[in-house]
Amino acid sequence: MYLPHTPAEREAMLKTIGVKSVADLFQDVPAAHRFPDLNLPPGMTEMEALSEMQELAFANSHTAEMVCFLGAGAYNHYVPAAVDAILRRGEFYTAYTPYQPELSQGTLQAIYDYQSLIVALTGMEVSNASHYDGATAVAEAVSMAHANFRGKRNQIVLSPALHPHYRQTVHTYHPGKSLIFLGEDIPAKAGPEALLPLLSENTALVVVQYPDFFGRLYDYTSLAQAVHNVGALLAVSINPIALGLFKAPGEFGADIVTGEGQPLGIPLSFGGPYLGIFATRKEYVRKMAGRLVGETVDNRGQRAYVLTLTAREQHIRREKATSNICTNQGLMALASAVYLSLLGKQGLRQVAELCYHKAHYAARNIAKVRGYKLWSTAPFFNEFVVRCPRPVEEINAHLLDHGILGGYDLGQDYPELKNHMLIAVTEVNSKQEIDFLVRVLKEVRHD
Amino acid sequence: MTEPLLCDLSIPGRVGFRFPAPDVPIEALPDDLLRDKLPLPELSEVDVVRHFTRLSQMNHSIDTGFYPLGSCTMKYNPKVNEEAARLPGFALLHPLQPIDTVQGALVLMYELQEWLKEIGGFAGVTLQPAAGAQGELTGVLIIRAYHADRGDTKRDKILVPDSAHGTNPATSAMSGMRVVELKSDARGNIDLDALRQECDDTLAGLMFTNPNTLGLFDEHVEEVTRLVHAAGGLVYGDGANLNALLGIVRPGDLGFDVMHYNLHKTFSTPHGGGGPGSGPVGVAANLIDYLPGPLVGIVDEGDEEDDLPPLYGFIYPPKSIGRVKAFHGHFGMMVRAYTYMRMHGKEGLRAVSEHAVLNANYLLARLRHMYHVPYDRICMHEFVAEGHWEDAPEIHALDISKRLMDYGFHPPTNYFPLIVHEALMIEPTETESKQTLDAFVDALLQIAEEARNQPELLKTAPHRTPVGRVDEVKAAKELVLCCSPAPTEE
Repeated sequence: MYLPHTPAEREAMLKTIGVKSVADLFQDVPAAHRFPDLNLPPGMTEMEALSEMQELAFANSHTAEMVCFLGAGAYNHYVPAAVDAILRRGEFYTAYTPYQPELSQGTLQAIYDYQSLIVALTGMEVSNASHYDGATAVAEAVSMAHANFRGKRNQIVLSPALHPHYRQTVHTYHPGKSLIFLGEDIPAKAGPEALLPLLSENTALVVVQYPDFFGRLYDYTSLAQAVHNVGALLAVSINPIALGLFKAPGEFGADIVTGEGQPLGIPLSFGGPYLGIFATRKEYVRKMAGRLVGETVDNRGQRAYVLTLTAREQHIRREKATSNICTNQGLMALASAVYLSLLGKQGLRQVAELCYHKAHYAARNIAKVRGYKLWSTAPFFNEFVVRCPRPVEEINAHLLDHGILGGYDLGQDYPELKNHMLIAVTEVNSKQEIDFLVRVLKEVRHD
Repeated sequence: MTEPLLCDLSIPGRVGFRFPAPDVPIEALPDDLLRDKLPLPELSEVDVVRHFTRLSQMNHSIDTGFYPLGSCTMKYNPKVNEEAARLPGFALLHPLQPIDTVQGALVLMYELQEWLKEIGGFAGVTLQPAAGAQGELTGVLIIRAYHADRGDTKRDKILVPDSAHGTNPATSAMSGMRVVELKSDARGNIDLDALRQECDDTLAGLMFTNPNTLGLFDEHVEEVTRLVHAAGGLVYGDGANLNALLGIVRPGDLGFDVMHYNLHKTFSTPHGGGGPGSGPVGVAANLIDYLPGPLVGIVDEGDEEDDLPPLYGFIYPPKSIGRVKAFHGHFGMMVRAYTYMRMHGKEGLRAVSEHAVLNANYLLARLRHMYHVPYDRICMHEFVAEGHWEDAPEIHALDISKRLMDYGFHPPTNYFPLIVHEALMIEPTETESKQTLDAFVDALLQIAEEARNQPELLKTAPHRTPVGRVDEVKAAKELVLCCSPAPTEE
């Protein structure tokens, strides 16, 4: 399909190699299993293949043809046109990891830009070049904290309001009994103060989310103090758009900031690829996993960029590495860097405010509908929980009939939150759409 | 040639993107939670587009030139893949939508699972892992769970050949396993005697890259998997080198129990300057129950008579190791890979591997008289030469690599695998023409001459790149890792 070889060239090459046919190159492969007859269809032209993809794509209902109020870790934000224009540059997307700095200054400086933007956004001191997503970034934070105390502290406190997928990923990454996990069975409604009794000199790390999985905003300053009083570390998993408006975790004393970077100009794409944000304080930089770009000079005296502190990484340290991570989310980090530099100081605040105002407008009006009630009185950003008069699945089916993608059914993860829906509102939701949602919800109220 | 940093380009008050004014009443903000400083740059859209475009021009890429990085499979990334992944019906799907609104996406994932099973010879596939290294982690955790489930708790040893990728030992350690390195024999195969000695009742598994990082197909592959199985262990296959095997042999048929695929190598999804990748994992029938969920399956057969199509949905394996990331994996990469597979079909995929191996052997045949190849036999999709000559003692693989840049080529992987001194690991891939390969050979032969006659030219190379050799020691010592915001901020 993408093979440039003519038959004559193939013959000439075989002659140079000194074999008669291509099949002769596979003599080391056991004959009984060589050249299996694969049960696969024949190939297609580009026209045919794209048409098949269009057909499959057409069989889905996407967020732009519906009214979307679904969030729960992935958000429907507007992506400025310039973001994809940059991502489509072949010089970026068809390059490999920048191991050879002289041929990779573009990627390296873009990552350095990304690191600088994440540091500014989170209020931390260093950012790595990315992890896979928000979930694995938390899993890596747990590994880092465990290693930081050389295994002497073996308790990890996970807030019940940390995304269920993130908590599940942490458990997958840390099987067996070497770590003890606390906190997940605390009632969902409790605030961060409920974590305090769990702290001890065995605590290595406390992980909270900001805004939390239910959209609530807490100032974690006093939690950070309590965590530090027992000598442990605090990790905060963020939604980066919220940081356009609200206090940076660096301000309230976080030691590690992780997060899902998808809201920063990355399409929903049915769950990936997204972007794992990971930032920390300089004193932990050698314990942090993942790639890192540093500034230096070249032999011509010019400023230049290079992957640095690689001695932490798998290809140098092998089994003693801080993590096995190799390929990360380079292009997604670039997307977020373009997004953040386009929006800049004013734009990020603006989009955060829009999300905030629209979500509050939605919450106020839904709460007025008989049978629906706001679950929490805590301040929130762009997501909130509503107690519904009927099972969420039923309500969502009704909403879908009206072209509305309803909120997340919290009963799936929290038995005590049966009939509770998590609703997300972003800058793309118009007042009209919100009013429409409220109107349709009225139709399915408890009668 | 340098480009200013974003923070240096920033002009207070400049705006690059405008949002509509709020169409809802303004709500009071919680003052005590607000940040007072947001030190992000202020740029126009033109500033941003020019900055990143100029940066892109400082990169070497497949779209601009030959990229023979060993074990990285830098093949051409078809443009149609990018179109397919950006179709609104794929790119704008929320991962938590009801399954009846995403049947097209689920069919694609289901079909991709089926294709990967057939290509690799496995009974089950998960698409969730984000990259090769996460696929490895998934695989080793599955091996761990399999033994634990059978009450076979003393199996904590993972064998890793000295020719393995660096991620293999790191993965095993991360999974809580004990790593024991296995030597290679004189022909580049796993040393069977060394293997036999390690085959005891603590053996959990072997991480086996075949073809290995020397680009050689192990001549005793079936004996290796037989020995491991006889000792009660499982065989993990590192699929990073699968580009040599499509339609040539199925690892599952050779006794591999688990293997990860790199959609970003073998199946042409772009590397993106370091990701995103995608690392699905295939397993034999006895391991399906341990796969991370969700898998895509048919949850309702439908009814042909009533014209009711089957319903696709998510399935959670009963003894799953758990999810390895949020949601279902890198769907955008799956669309690209599936488009590629669909275009190639059965014969096309085999042609891919045949030509990848043809190109590598052609380069090997043309270079071996000038560059010593320590394990010199027919190779698969890549081979390893030495970048060093006795009559040019001061020249190293690094110098050759840097000089290649002046000829417009990305250098091969160097100093890997560790078992070859001054290694130059060369993987041309199937999408390169004979003319490109010949030009690359000419450059390498020219460099071999320069090494004798003008060694300084190599020691000070590269000369024609945007920057020269960079000071890595300074970078690690001074650790300047982000630009400091201007002190005049607010």
